[in-house]
Amino acid sequence: MSNEAARTGGLGGISVRDLNLYYGESQALKNVNMDIYPNEITAFIGPSGCGKSTFLKTLNRMNDLVDGVKITGEVCIGGQNIYDPRVDVTLLRKAVGMVFQKPNPFPMSIYDNIAYGPRCHGIKGRRQLDAIVEESLRGAALWDEVKDRVKKSAMGLSGGQQQRLCIARALAVQPDILLMDEPTSALDPISTMKIEELMSSLKERYTVVIVTHNMQQASRISDRTAFFLLGEMVEYGETEQIFSMPRDKKTEEYITGRFG
Amino acid sequence: MTTRSNFDRQLEALHLDLVQMGGMVQKAIEEGIRALMERDGDLAERVVAGDKAIDDMEQQIERTCLRLLMRQQPVARDFRSVFAALKMITDLERIADQAADIANLSHRFTGQELIGMVGHIPAMERVAREMVESSISAFVRQDLAAAQATIRRDDEMDALFGRVKDELIELLRSGAAGEAADQAIDVLMVAKYMERIGDHAVNVCEWVEYLVTGVHQSEELNEER
Repeated sequence: MSNEAARTGGLGGISVRDLNLYYGESQALKNVNMDIYPNEITAFIGPSGCGKSTFLKTLNRMNDLVDGVKITGEVCIGGQNIYDPRVDVTLLRKAVGMVFQKPNPFPMSIYDNIAYGPRCHGIKGRRQLDAIVEESLRGAALWDEVKDRVKKSAMGLSGGQQQRLCIARALAVQPDILLMDEPTSALDPISTMKIEELMSSLKERYTVVIVTHNMQQASRISDRTAFFLLGEMVEYGETEQIFSMPRDKKTEEYITGRFG
Repeated sequence: MTTRSNFDRQLEALHLDLVQMGGMVQKAIEEGIRALMERDGDLAERVVAGDKAIDDMEQQIERTCLRLLMRQQPVARDFRSVFAALKMITDLERIADQAADIANLSHRFTGQELIGMVGHIPAMERVAREMVESSISAFVRQDLAAAQATIRRDDEMDALFGRVKDELIELLRSGAAGEAADQAIDVLMVAKYMERIGDHAVNVCEWVEYLVTGVHQSEELNEER
Protein backbone atom coordinates (compact mmCIF):
# COMPACT_ATOMS: atom_id res chain seq x y z
CA MET A 1 0.00 0.00 0.00
CA SER A 2 1.31 3.45 -0.84
CA ASN A 3 1.42 6.33 1.57
CA GLU A 4 -0.76 8.16 -0.88
CA ALA A 5 -3.39 5.44 -0.61
CA ALA A 6 -3.34 5.68 3.16
CA ARG A 7 -3.71 9.45 3.06
CA THR A 8 -6.51 9.61 0.58
CA GLY A 9 -10.04 8.59 1.39
CA GLY A 10 -9.52 7.50 4.98
CA LEU A 11 -7.04 10.29 5.81
CA GLY A 12 -5.57 8.21 8.59
CA GLY A 13 -8.86 6.65 9.58
CA ILE A 14 -9.09 2.91 10.17
CA SER A 15 -12.14 0.80 9.56
CA VAL A 16 -12.22 -2.67 11.11
CA ARG A 17 -14.87 -5.19 10.07
CA ASP A 18 -15.63 -8.63 11.54
CA LEU A 19 -12.06 -9.13 12.67
CA ASN A 20 -11.23 -12.50 14.23
CA LEU A 21 -7.78 -13.65 15.27
CA TYR A 22 -6.73 -17.13 16.32
CA TYR A 23 -3.47 -18.30 17.87
CA GLY A 24 -3.74 -21.93 16.80
CA GLU A 25 -6.95 -23.22 18.36
CA SER A 26 -7.40 -20.34 20.72
CA GLN A 27 -9.39 -17.31 19.59
CA ALA A 28 -7.80 -14.06 20.79
CA LEU A 29 -10.09 -11.56 19.01
CA LYS A 30 -13.78 -12.12 18.46
CA ASN A 31 -15.61 -10.31 15.72
CA VAL A 32 -14.24 -6.83 16.35
CA ASN A 33 -15.90 -3.98 14.46
CA MET A 34 -14.80 -0.40 14.91
CA ASP A 35 -13.95 2.83 13.14
CA ILE A 36 -10.88 4.71 14.34
CA TYR A 37 -11.10 8.36 13.44
CA PRO A 38 -8.30 10.40 11.88
CA ASN A 39 -6.50 13.05 13.95
CA GLU A 40 -7.81 11.66 17.18
CA ILE A 41 -6.26 9.66 20.01
CA THR A 42 -8.04 6.37 20.48
CA ALA A 43 -7.26 4.40 23.65
CA PHE A 44 -7.68 0.65 24.14
CA ILE A 45 -8.18 -0.43 27.73
CA GLY A 46 -8.87 -3.77 29.38
CA PRO A 47 -7.32 -6.33 31.72
CA SER A 48 -4.18 -8.24 30.80
CA GLY A 49 -4.86 -10.87 28.17
CA CYS A 50 -8.04 -9.19 26.88
CA GLY A 51 -6.67 -8.87 23.34
CA LYS A 52 -6.07 -5.12 23.20
CA SER A 53 -2.37 -5.37 22.29
CA THR A 54 -3.11 -8.17 19.85
CA PHE A 55 -5.73 -5.97 18.23
CA LEU A 56 -3.32 -3.01 18.08
CA LYS A 57 -0.82 -5.21 16.26
CA THR A 58 -3.41 -6.26 13.67
CA LEU A 59 -3.52 -2.62 12.57
CA ASN A 60 -0.09 -2.86 10.96
CA ARG A 61 0.11 -6.63 10.59
CA MET A 62 2.70 -7.12 13.30
CA ASN A 63 0.92 -10.40 14.10
CA ASP A 64 2.11 -11.74 10.74
CA LEU A 65 5.35 -12.43 12.56
CA VAL A 66 3.68 -14.79 15.07
CA ASP A 67 3.63 -18.49 14.22
CA GLY A 68 0.24 -20.16 13.85
CA VAL A 69 -1.73 -16.95 13.67
CA LYS A 70 -4.90 -16.87 11.58
CA ILE A 71 -6.81 -13.67 10.89
CA THR A 72 -10.21 -13.22 9.23
CA GLY A 73 -12.09 -10.02 8.51
CA GLU A 74 -10.93 -6.67 7.22
CA VAL A 75 -8.84 -3.75 8.39
CA CYS A 76 -9.22 -0.90 5.90
CA ILE A 77 -6.87 2.06 5.86
CA GLY A 78 -7.29 4.67 3.16
CA GLY A 79 -10.02 2.51 1.66
CA GLN A 80 -7.73 -0.51 1.25
CA ASN A 81 -7.90 -3.78 3.17
CA ILE A 82 -4.41 -4.17 4.60
CA TYR A 83 -4.85 -7.96 4.67
CA ASP A 84 -5.17 -8.01 0.89
CA PRO A 85 -2.32 -10.29 -0.30
CA ARG A 86 -1.17 -7.60 -2.74
CA VAL A 87 -0.36 -5.17 0.09
CA ASP A 88 3.33 -4.42 0.57
CA VAL A 89 3.78 -4.91 4.31
CA THR A 90 6.93 -2.76 4.42
CA LEU A 91 5.03 0.17 2.99
CA LEU A 92 2.11 -0.55 5.32
CA ARG A 93 4.42 -0.33 8.35
CA LYS A 94 5.86 2.89 6.98
CA ALA A 95 2.35 4.35 6.95
CA VAL A 96 1.41 2.81 10.29
CA GLY A 97 4.28 3.24 12.73
CA MET A 98 4.59 1.58 16.09
CA VAL A 99 6.07 2.49 19.48
CA PHE A 100 6.48 -0.23 22.08
CA GLN A 101 6.20 -0.47 25.84
CA LYS A 102 9.95 -0.56 26.45
CA PRO A 103 12.00 2.02 24.59
CA ASN A 104 14.09 0.07 22.07
CA PRO A 105 16.65 2.42 20.49
CA PHE A 106 19.14 0.77 18.15
CA PRO A 107 22.69 0.64 19.57
CA MET A 108 23.87 3.47 17.35
CA SER A 109 23.88 7.25 17.39
CA ILE A 110 20.75 9.34 17.89
CA TYR A 111 21.15 10.55 14.31
CA ASP A 112 21.45 7.08 12.85
CA ASN A 113 18.46 5.84 14.82
CA ILE A 114 16.28 8.45 13.13
CA ALA A 115 17.94 8.17 9.71
CA TYR A 116 17.64 4.36 9.69
CA GLY A 117 14.07 4.23 8.36
CA PRO A 118 14.46 6.90 5.67
CA ARG A 119 17.72 5.26 4.51
CA CYS A 120 15.91 1.90 4.22
CA HIS A 121 13.37 3.66 2.02
CA GLY A 122 16.16 4.94 -0.23
CA ILE A 123 16.86 8.43 1.08
CA LYS A 124 20.63 8.95 0.98
CA GLY A 125 21.19 12.70 0.61
CA ARG A 126 22.98 14.18 3.58
CA ARG A 127 21.03 17.42 3.61
CA GLN A 128 17.72 15.67 3.26
CA LEU A 129 18.58 13.26 6.09
CA ASP A 130 19.72 16.15 8.30
CA ALA A 131 16.39 17.84 7.72
CA ILE A 132 14.41 14.66 8.46
CA VAL A 133 16.39 14.02 11.66
CA GLU A 134 15.83 17.55 12.93
CA GLU A 135 12.16 17.61 11.97
CA SER A 136 11.52 14.21 13.53
CA LEU A 137 13.31 15.11 16.77
CA ARG A 138 11.40 18.39 16.91
CA GLY A 139 8.16 16.51 16.25
CA ALA A 140 8.92 14.25 19.20
CA ALA A 141 9.81 17.22 21.44
CA LEU A 142 13.38 15.96 21.83
CA TRP A 143 15.39 18.29 19.57
CA ASP A 144 16.23 20.93 22.16
CA GLU A 145 17.53 18.28 24.57
CA VAL A 146 19.77 16.42 22.09
CA LYS A 147 20.67 18.85 19.29
CA ASP A 148 24.26 19.15 20.53
CA ARG A 149 24.84 15.41 20.74
CA VAL A 150 23.00 13.77 17.86
CA LYS A 151 26.13 11.86 16.93
CA LYS A 152 26.37 10.35 20.42
CA SER A 153 24.94 6.94 21.26
CA ALA A 154 21.19 6.78 21.82
CA MET A 155 21.85 4.36 24.66
CA GLY A 156 23.05 7.27 26.81
CA LEU A 157 19.61 8.89 26.82
CA SER A 158 17.23 8.60 29.78
CA GLY A 159 14.27 6.21 29.51
CA GLY A 160 11.86 9.02 28.71
CA GLN A 161 14.22 10.48 26.10
CA GLN A 162 14.71 7.02 24.56
CA GLN A 163 10.95 6.64 24.23
CA ARG A 164 10.68 10.03 22.53
CA LEU A 165 13.55 8.96 20.28
CA CYS A 166 11.50 5.89 19.31
CA ILE A 167 8.56 8.19 18.53
CA ALA A 168 10.90 10.40 16.46
CA ARG A 169 12.13 7.29 14.66
CA ALA A 170 8.56 6.36 13.83
CA LEU A 171 7.85 9.91 12.60
CA ALA A 172 10.95 9.92 10.36
CA VAL A 173 9.27 7.74 7.73
CA GLN A 174 6.25 10.08 7.61
CA PRO A 175 3.52 7.76 8.81
CA ASP A 176 -0.19 8.58 8.89
CA ILE A 177 -0.94 6.49 11.93
CA LEU A 178 1.02 5.90 15.14
CA LEU A 179 0.33 2.81 17.23
CA MET A 180 1.58 2.93 20.80
CA ASP A 181 1.62 -0.13 23.03
CA GLU A 182 1.75 1.07 26.66
CA PRO A 183 4.33 3.70 25.71
CA THR A 184 4.72 5.16 29.20
CA SER A 185 4.42 2.12 31.45
CA ALA A 186 8.20 2.00 31.98
CA LEU A 187 8.54 5.77 32.52
CA ASP A 188 8.51 8.07 35.53
CA PRO A 189 5.64 10.57 35.95
CA ILE A 190 7.51 13.53 34.40
CA SER A 191 8.55 11.55 31.32
CA THR A 192 5.00 10.18 31.14
CA MET A 193 3.56 13.70 31.12
CA LYS A 194 6.00 14.74 28.38
CA ILE A 195 4.91 11.81 26.22
CA GLU A 196 1.24 12.59 26.91
CA GLU A 197 1.76 16.24 25.94
CA LEU A 198 3.55 15.05 22.85
CA MET A 199 0.69 12.71 21.90
CA SER A 200 -1.79 15.55 22.17
CA SER A 201 0.26 17.60 19.72
CA LEU A 202 0.91 14.63 17.43
CA LYS A 203 -2.78 14.07 16.79
CA GLU A 204 -2.93 17.29 14.81
CA ARG A 205 -0.91 15.52 12.11
CA TYR A 206 -1.35 11.85 12.85
CA THR A 207 -3.93 9.36 13.99
CA VAL A 208 -2.80 7.97 17.34
CA VAL A 209 -3.89 4.65 18.81
CA ILE A 210 -2.67 3.77 22.29
CA VAL A 211 -2.95 0.71 24.51
CA THR A 212 -2.76 1.67 28.17
CA HIS A 213 -3.32 0.10 31.57
CA ASN A 214 -3.48 3.55 33.08
CA MET A 215 -7.13 4.60 33.30
CA GLN A 216 -6.24 8.19 34.14
CA GLN A 217 -4.01 8.32 31.10
CA ALA A 218 -6.78 7.12 28.80
CA SER A 219 -9.11 9.63 30.43
CA ARG A 220 -6.60 12.49 30.17
CA ILE A 221 -5.46 12.17 26.59
CA SER A 222 -7.80 10.11 24.43
CA ASP A 223 -10.77 11.28 22.40
CA ARG A 224 -12.34 7.84 22.24
CA THR A 225 -11.89 4.75 24.36
CA ALA A 226 -12.54 1.09 23.59
CA PHE A 227 -12.87 -1.46 26.38
CA PHE A 228 -11.79 -5.02 25.58
CA LEU A 229 -12.55 -8.15 27.56
CA LEU A 230 -11.79 -11.78 26.67
CA GLY A 231 -11.10 -10.89 23.05
CA GLU A 232 -14.28 -8.91 22.56
CA MET A 233 -14.70 -5.18 22.24
CA VAL A 234 -17.30 -4.63 24.95
CA GLU A 235 -17.79 -0.89 24.55
CA TYR A 236 -16.41 1.89 22.39
CA GLY A 237 -17.34 5.52 22.71
CA GLU A 238 -16.22 9.05 23.39
CA THR A 239 -13.82 9.00 26.33
CA GLU A 240 -15.91 11.41 28.36
CA GLN A 241 -18.93 9.15 28.00
CA ILE A 242 -16.97 5.99 28.83
CA PHE A 243 -15.53 7.48 32.02
CA SER A 244 -18.64 9.32 33.17
CA MET A 245 -21.49 7.08 32.06
CA PRO A 246 -20.37 3.77 30.56
CA ARG A 247 -23.24 1.88 28.96
CA ASP A 248 -22.03 -1.61 29.77
CA LYS A 249 -21.92 -2.92 33.32
CA LYS A 250 -18.64 -4.74 32.61
CA THR A 251 -17.01 -1.47 31.49
CA GLU A 252 -18.25 0.22 34.65
CA GLU A 253 -16.89 -2.57 36.83
CA TYR A 254 -13.51 -2.45 35.13
CA ILE A 255 -12.94 1.30 35.18
CA THR A 256 -14.18 1.69 38.75
CA GLY A 257 -11.84 -1.09 39.89
CA ARG A 258 -14.61 -3.52 40.86
CA PHE A 259 -13.69 -6.07 38.27
CA GLY A 260 -13.83 -9.79 38.98
CA MET B 1 -14.47 -8.25 49.92
CA THR B 2 -14.66 -6.37 46.61
CA THR B 3 -11.53 -4.97 45.01
CA ARG B 4 -12.50 -1.54 46.31
CA SER B 5 -13.90 -2.32 49.74
CA ASN B 6 -11.96 0.52 51.36
CA PHE B 7 -13.41 3.07 48.92
CA ASP B 8 -16.88 1.52 49.26
CA ARG B 9 -16.69 1.92 53.05
CA GLN B 10 -15.78 5.59 52.64
CA LEU B 11 -18.68 6.09 50.21
CA GLU B 12 -21.05 4.49 52.70
CA ALA B 13 -19.77 6.76 55.46
CA LEU B 14 -20.38 9.73 53.14
CA HIS B 15 -23.98 8.57 52.62
CA LEU B 16 -24.50 8.25 56.37
CA ASP B 17 -23.20 11.80 56.86
CA LEU B 18 -25.61 13.04 54.19
CA VAL B 19 -28.54 11.28 55.88
CA GLN B 20 -27.49 12.85 59.18
CA MET B 21 -27.23 16.31 57.61
CA GLY B 22 -30.64 15.78 55.99
CA GLY B 23 -32.09 14.90 59.41
CA MET B 24 -30.60 18.05 60.97
CA VAL B 25 -32.07 20.17 58.16
CA GLN B 26 -35.53 18.62 58.51
CA LYS B 27 -35.44 19.27 62.25
CA ALA B 28 -34.51 22.92 61.60
CA ILE B 29 -37.49 23.33 59.24
CA GLU B 30 -39.89 21.72 61.68
CA GLU B 31 -38.65 23.67 64.70
CA GLY B 32 -38.40 26.97 62.79
CA ILE B 33 -42.07 26.76 61.85
CA ARG B 34 -43.08 25.53 65.33
CA ALA B 35 -41.26 28.48 66.87
CA LEU B 36 -43.33 30.73 64.60
CA MET B 37 -46.69 29.04 65.14
CA GLU B 38 -46.25 28.78 68.90
CA ARG B 39 -44.37 32.08 69.14
CA ASP B 40 -41.71 30.23 71.13
CA GLY B 41 -38.71 32.59 71.35
CA ASP B 42 -36.47 30.03 73.07
CA LEU B 43 -37.02 27.45 70.37
CA ALA B 44 -36.35 30.11 67.70
CA GLU B 45 -33.01 30.88 69.39
CA ARG B 46 -32.08 27.21 69.40
CA VAL B 47 -32.86 26.88 65.66
CA VAL B 48 -30.68 29.89 64.86
CA ALA B 49 -27.86 28.61 67.07
CA GLY B 50 -28.20 25.12 65.56
CA ASP B 51 -27.40 26.45 62.08
CA LYS B 52 -23.70 26.43 63.00
CA ALA B 53 -23.73 22.64 63.44
CA ILE B 54 -25.25 22.26 59.96
CA ASP B 55 -22.60 24.57 58.47
CA ASP B 56 -19.94 22.44 60.16
CA MET B 57 -21.52 19.28 58.78
CA GLU B 58 -21.48 20.78 55.29
CA GLN B 59 -17.76 21.52 55.61
CA GLN B 60 -17.02 18.07 56.95
CA ILE B 61 -18.83 16.40 54.01
CA GLU B 62 -17.14 18.79 51.59
CA ARG B 63 -13.73 17.76 52.94
CA THR B 64 -14.67 14.08 52.65
CA CYS B 65 -15.75 14.57 49.01
CA LEU B 66 -12.58 16.46 48.10
CA ARG B 67 -10.45 13.80 49.76
CA LEU B 68 -12.25 11.03 47.85
CA LEU B 69 -11.89 12.88 44.54
CA MET B 70 -8.22 13.56 45.12
CA ARG B 71 -7.10 10.25 46.59
CA GLN B 72 -9.43 7.74 44.96
CA GLN B 73 -9.84 9.49 41.59
CA PRO B 74 -13.26 7.93 41.09
CA VAL B 75 -14.83 7.55 37.66
CA ALA B 76 -18.27 6.68 36.29
CA ARG B 77 -20.92 6.10 39.01
CA ASP B 78 -18.37 6.55 41.81
CA PHE B 79 -17.46 9.97 40.44
CA ARG B 80 -21.08 10.96 39.95
CA SER B 81 -21.91 9.88 43.49
CA VAL B 82 -19.18 12.00 45.10
CA PHE B 83 -19.79 14.97 42.80
CA ALA B 84 -23.55 14.88 43.39
CA ALA B 85 -22.98 14.79 47.16
CA LEU B 86 -20.67 17.79 46.86
CA LYS B 87 -23.36 19.77 45.02
CA MET B 88 -26.27 18.62 47.20
CA ILE B 89 -24.81 19.80 50.48
CA THR B 90 -24.87 23.38 49.22
CA ASP B 91 -28.63 23.11 48.78
CA LEU B 92 -29.05 21.46 52.18
CA GLU B 93 -27.06 24.23 53.82
CA ARG B 94 -29.21 26.89 52.12
CA ILE B 95 -32.36 25.14 53.34
CA ALA B 96 -31.01 25.31 56.90
CA ASP B 97 -30.27 29.02 56.44
CA GLN B 98 -33.87 29.57 55.41
CA ALA B 99 -35.15 27.66 58.43
CA ALA B 100 -32.94 29.92 60.60
CA ASP B 101 -34.31 32.98 58.80
CA ILE B 102 -37.85 31.84 59.58
CA ALA B 103 -36.86 31.33 63.24
CA ASN B 104 -35.44 34.86 63.28
CA LEU B 105 -38.61 36.28 61.76
CA SER B 106 -40.74 34.46 64.32
CA HIS B 107 -39.57 36.92 67.01
CA ARG B 108 -41.63 39.61 65.25
CA PHE B 109 -44.78 37.61 65.93
CA THR B 110 -44.23 37.51 69.70
CA GLY B 111 -47.40 38.31 71.59
CA GLN B 112 -49.46 38.70 68.42
CA GLU B 113 -52.57 36.94 67.24
CA LEU B 114 -51.75 35.22 63.96
CA ILE B 115 -53.59 36.28 60.80
CA GLY B 116 -55.68 33.62 59.06
CA MET B 117 -53.48 32.58 56.14
CA VAL B 118 -50.69 31.55 58.53
CA GLY B 119 -52.79 28.39 58.68
CA HIS B 120 -51.27 27.28 55.35
CA ILE B 121 -47.73 27.48 56.72
CA PRO B 122 -47.76 24.14 58.60
CA ALA B 123 -48.91 22.44 55.38
CA MET B 124 -45.98 24.03 53.55
CA GLU B 125 -43.68 22.92 56.34
CA ARG B 126 -44.87 19.32 56.02
CA VAL B 127 -44.36 19.28 52.23
CA ALA B 128 -40.92 20.90 52.57
CA ARG B 129 -39.77 18.45 55.21
CA GLU B 130 -41.05 15.45 53.26
CA MET B 131 -39.39 16.70 50.06
CA VAL B 132 -36.04 17.05 51.84
CA GLU B 133 -36.38 13.61 53.41
CA SER B 134 -37.35 11.86 50.18
CA SER B 135 -34.65 13.64 48.15
CA ILE B 136 -31.88 12.41 50.45
CA SER B 137 -33.37 8.95 50.59
CA ALA B 138 -33.60 8.89 46.76
CA PHE B 139 -29.89 9.77 46.63
CA VAL B 140 -28.80 7.06 49.02
CA ARG B 141 -30.96 4.43 47.27
CA GLN B 142 -30.08 5.84 43.81
CA ASP B 143 -33.82 5.81 43.14
CA LEU B 144 -34.67 7.80 40.01
CA ALA B 145 -38.45 7.31 40.30
CA ALA B 146 -38.44 8.60 43.89
CA ALA B 147 -36.39 11.65 42.86
CA GLN B 148 -38.81 12.43 40.03
CA ALA B 149 -41.83 11.97 42.31
CA THR B 150 -40.25 14.44 44.75
CA ILE B 151 -39.65 16.94 41.96
CA ARG B 152 -43.35 16.73 41.06
CA ARG B 153 -44.28 17.57 44.67
CA ASP B 154 -42.84 21.02 44.11
CA ASP B 155 -46.10 21.85 42.28
CA GLU B 156 -47.91 21.24 45.57
CA MET B 157 -45.53 23.65 47.28
CA ASP B 158 -45.95 26.29 44.57
CA ALA B 159 -49.74 25.98 44.79
CA LEU B 160 -49.62 26.51 48.57
CA PHE B 161 -47.40 29.56 48.10
CA GLY B 162 -49.80 30.92 45.48
CA ARG B 163 -52.71 30.50 47.86
CA VAL B 164 -50.92 32.31 50.71
CA LYS B 165 -49.94 35.12 48.35
CA ASP B 166 -53.46 35.53 46.97
CA GLU B 167 -54.98 35.60 50.43
CA LEU B 168 -52.43 38.17 51.59
CA ILE B 169 -53.18 40.40 48.59
CA GLU B 170 -56.85 40.07 49.42
CA LEU B 171 -56.15 41.05 53.04
CA LEU B 172 -54.12 44.11 52.06
CA ARG B 173 -56.68 45.20 49.47
CA SER B 174 -59.41 44.96 52.05
CA GLY B 175 -57.62 47.73 53.93
CA ALA B 176 -55.67 45.81 56.54
CA ALA B 177 -53.38 48.12 58.44
CA GLY B 178 -51.12 48.22 61.48
CA GLU B 179 -50.08 44.91 63.01
CA ALA B 180 -52.03 42.81 60.47
CA ALA B 181 -50.37 44.54 57.50
CA ASP B 182 -46.90 44.12 59.06
CA GLN B 183 -47.61 40.48 59.73
CA ALA B 184 -48.84 40.00 56.15
CA ILE B 185 -45.42 40.98 54.82
CA ASP B 186 -43.65 38.69 57.28
CA VAL B 187 -45.96 35.79 56.44
CA LEU B 188 -45.23 36.34 52.75
CA MET B 189 -41.51 36.11 53.55
CA VAL B 190 -42.00 32.88 55.49
CA ALA B 191 -44.08 31.39 52.65
CA LYS B 192 -41.41 32.43 50.17
CA TYR B 193 -38.71 30.77 52.29
CA MET B 194 -40.73 27.55 52.32
CA GLU B 195 -41.26 27.75 48.59
CA ARG B 196 -37.49 28.18 48.11
CA ILE B 197 -36.84 25.18 50.35
CA GLY B 198 -38.96 23.18 47.88
CA ASP B 199 -36.77 24.48 45.03
CA HIS B 200 -33.60 23.41 46.86
CA ALA B 201 -35.06 19.92 47.41
CA VAL B 202 -35.74 19.84 43.65
CA ASN B 203 -32.07 20.72 43.06
CA VAL B 204 -31.05 17.80 45.28
CA CYS B 205 -33.30 15.51 43.23
CA GLU B 206 -31.77 16.75 39.99
CA TRP B 207 -28.39 15.63 41.33
CA VAL B 208 -29.96 12.23 42.03
CA GLU B 209 -31.05 12.17 38.36
CA TYR B 210 -27.46 12.97 37.38
CA LEU B 211 -26.16 10.22 39.64
CA VAL B 212 -28.45 7.63 38.06
CA THR B 213 -28.58 8.79 34.42
CA GLY B 214 -25.31 10.68 34.00
CA VAL B 215 -27.22 13.70 32.71
CA HIS B 216 -28.04 16.79 34.74
CA GLN B 217 -31.10 18.93 34.11
CA SER B 218 -28.90 21.90 33.13
CA GLU B 219 -27.21 19.82 30.39
CA GLU B 220 -30.59 18.80 28.98
CA LEU B 221 -31.56 22.46 28.83
CA ASN B 222 -28.27 23.31 27.12
CA GLU B 223 -28.80 20.59 24.54
CA GLU B 224 -32.28 21.89 23.75
CA ARG B 225 -30.92 25.37 23.02
